[in-house]
Amino acid sequence: MGYQLDFGKVLQGEYLELILQGVQTTMVLFVLSWIFGLVLAIVLTVVRAIEFRPTQLLVAAFVEYHRNVPVLIQLFVWYFGLAVVLPDVVNDYLNDIGAEIGYAIVALALNKAAYMSEDFRSGMRSIHPAQMEAARSIGLTYLGAMRWVILPQAWRLALPALLGQTLILFKGTSLAAGIGVAELSYQARYIEEQSFRIFEAYGIATAIYMLISFAIMWLSSALSKRFRLRVK
Amino acid sequence: MLEILREYGLMLLVGEYPHGKLGGLALTLIISIASLVITFPCAVMIALARTGQSRPFKAVASGFVHCVRAVPLLMLIFWAYFALPIVIGFPIDATYTLILAIVIYQAAYLGEIIAAGIEGLSKGQMEAAKALGLGYIPTTFRVILPQALFNVIPGIVNQLTTIIKESSLGSIIAVSELSYVMLQVNSNEVTKPLQIFGILAATYFILCFALSQATSWLERGIASKRTGRVVVEAVA
Repeated sequence: MGYQLDFGKVLQGEYLELILQGVQTTMVLFVLSWIFGLVLAIVLTVVRAIEFRPTQLLVAAFVEYHRNVPVLIQLFVWYFGLAVVLPDVVNDYLNDIGAEIGYAIVALALNKAAYMSEDFRSGMRSIHPAQMEAARSIGLTYLGAMRWVILPQAWRLALPALLGQTLILFKGTSLAAGIGVAELSYQARYIEEQSFRIFEAYGIATAIYMLISFAIMWLSSALSKRFRLRVK
Repeated sequence: MLEILREYGLMLLVGEYPHGKLGGLALTLIISIASLVITFPCAVMIALARTGQSRPFKAVASGFVHCVRAVPLLMLIFWAYFALPIVIGFPIDATYTLILAIVIYQAAYLGEIIAAGIEGLSKGQMEAAKALGLGYIPTTFRVILPQALFNVIPGIVNQLTTIIKESSLGSIIAVSELSYVMLQVNSNEVTKPLQIFGILAATYFILCFALSQATSWLERGIASKRTGRVVVEAVA
């Protein structure tokens, strides 16, 4: 078919720089969305644990929206939708500083928060209520029982699912390309358009994704093993 | 919002059809169901290889699963859409490349779900079948798979929800499914993005929420059938 593979063409000069920038943007998206997502997930879990119907329903609605609408659409809602709500001055400023990445972080973080809070909740639910009663009856306060009995088990039970979410989030950062964030897959697409080096551009991007994903998988299985809840 | 629905409602449902290609919600459903139907036999094969005795098959299947899980779906779509036509030497319709990418991606995930279903069966099933003198093929197809697949029906339906959401990536390679149609509407009506994407999100929500409710209903039904008694929540 007359196609000569030549990775050197893509792995040099301007293209190499674009790839490295892409990796950097991907990692920024991943790390920031993960941190914000985790913090918000903890807040959501606590709010849902409090016996107050309206807030519980609000959290449930938040979770269901993020679980039943495609992530790409959630990105569109923030990217296209927010621009109408904000005043023009703010929009101009946001466009100047390249706010796509900000929208992407917000959308990804909210999405992950919904999923992670569900993982926390199912971790909490799988601990028998009798444990709380037993802890209270030996004189621990509610918070003390949480701190010393429930949470140490709950987070270990939730850990594998949370690590799974981490990998999904890492791969999900590629969707930010849909709203024009110049992360790794966006750059691969751009380089392919510029150089017509389809296999090299996508090959390198795929290899980088795989490398980081494998690192996350390896770390996940090591952590899951290390912190597995050992009963008996 | 109502004017948008009145003006573009039909487009949302079927795209340009009957004046052009079928698109919109109808195409999203066709892509999703076709993907699931094609994925299913592949996933069963992967699950059998993963849980079977043959080491080489096991290694290949687990290598495939790990590699696919390490790559974003968008990357697979790029490969299928941009690189595949060059490899095979002729262009393919974007819809088919989207289905192909989803099938490869989902084969890995659905394969794991079905493998978990097979592993969830008691070992006695396999041993009893062997003791009765059944060979591998009848044991697999008449004893193991019917039970394992029945138990993972909720998982399979849940995967359909995932596929419907994943098919929204078709908008990036100009497959005229639901999201793409609404992106087109948005570029016609530049001033109402919030309403347009609100309608889009609501459409996906209704579809996927209904399916996930169906999943949990199936889960309860199957759990009660397996244990031989009605699960309490199902009644309450």
